[in-house]
Amino acid sequence: MEPLEIKKDVYWIGVVDWNVRHFHGHTYTTKRGTTYNAYLIIDEKIALIDTVYGPFSQEMIEKIGEIVPAEKIDYIIANHVETDHSGALPEILKLCPKAKVFGTAKCKEGLYKHFYGNWDFQVVKTKDTLKLGKKNLTFVEAPMIHWPDSMFTYCPQEQLLLPNDAFGQHYATSERFDDEVDQAALMDEAAKYYANILWPLSSLILRKIEEVQKLNIPIKMIAPSHGIIWRKDPAKIINAYLGWAKNETKPKVVVVYETMWGATETMARNIAQGIIDAGVSVKLFDITQSDRTEVMKEMLDAKAYIIGSSTHDNDMLTTIAGFLEFLKGLKPKNRIAAVFGSYGWAGGAVKSIENVLKETGIELVASGLSVQYVPSPDEVKNCYEFGKDFATILKGAK
Amino acid sequence: MAKYRCEICNYIYDPAIGDQDSGIAPGTPFESLPDSWVCPVCGADKSQFVKEEC
Repeated sequence: MEPLEIKKDVYWIGVVDWNVRHFHGHTYTTKRGTTYNAYLIIDEKIALIDTVYGPFSQEMIEKIGEIVPAEKIDYIIANHVETDHSGALPEILKLCPKAKVFGTAKCKEGLYKHFYGNWDFQVVKTKDTLKLGKKNLTFVEAPMIHWPDSMFTYCPQEQLLLPNDAFGQHYATSERFDDEVDQAALMDEAAKYYANILWPLSSLILRKIEEVQKLNIPIKMIAPSHGIIWRKDPAKIINAYLGWAKNETKPKVVVVYETMWGATETMARNIAQGIIDAGVSVKLFDITQSDRTEVMKEMLDAKAYIIGSSTHDNDMLTTIAGFLEFLKGLKPKNRIAAVFGSYGWAGGAVKSIENVLKETGIELVASGLSVQYVPSPDEVKNCYEFGKDFATILKGAK
Repeated sequence: MAKYRCEICNYIYDPAIGDQDSGIAPGTPFESLPDSWVCPVCGADKSQFVKEEC
């Protein structure tokens, strides 16, 4: 793919990683692949903004070479230390050894702890400006969005925000802009990114967006470090972020369970049917068969969760345990839940799940529902009623 | 004196140590930190801190 001029003298020189299916180790499934977006600004001074994941260094360097010889780069802006954006730094700096690197103080520390390079690094702070010629770059520190080193770069002349991982999506496409792709797929990937990576940082994100809004800087384009560039409607993703960061939800139930011999699954299906018949939207997932990244996306806008597991070794099953551990780390706020499960002799799963949900700060609004071995017709009916009652509680919940 | 934990990044403010980089002397209780003080790791403000149960 050729470099692409996204604004006058501002080029996308990133790469498309079509085949990556796991990201951040195995914490995130990237079923649509991803892109690593880096940008090159040609002015009196030439600035590279972020780089790409290390294995793609040559592809990025070739793209730069189609615009300008790499040794002409004067400045490199490192918005984020993480290796999918800094990985090509050592290679590019071999070609432009005199280039100065700019980033936050935490970025300086973090880059050193990644690459141990002795680079010319200038620490910048919020509102610091770097003059390129006709264009300037202004920096906004954005700690924990999503690492301590994170920073946004803004070009006032182009009203262009380069926020690195914020507003990004793991979405590999031949198109580069929001108006060129399927809107449902785009927002699906944006929500997935928020749910699985940014959700626990919501309070900081809310504050940062409000801070940027108070600066009253016009934003015509948002060019993140993954996925699609927002040019047609940057407000769309900002408003979506505001809603997610405020933990705004829909009256929707996500049922997640794990089953040994099918009894807990029977319970899950009948609970879900009760909720559906009460007129409430449901998503149902057997966690062993589901993509956890997708499940978390469904949980992002759902007010209510119902979690179930068979009892095994006096506790919940292990896949759902891992799932709940992940959910706890995402720190959902203002949610309600209930728990169910089948057992053989002593039980344990329901109590154990309830404890994790309480630790997560989720309010349990119904007593847990347990069934011994295989649910009888009456017990099946109880499951259905359990779902119906839960839906009623949800409808009344604030 | 109680320790406080940052809920964003898990940094622990230990009053016995203070926060030298921000000019907070050892022996400064969390409650006495100025409102402008932020987490030295991630920049979160004081409201993001919770008392660490020991």
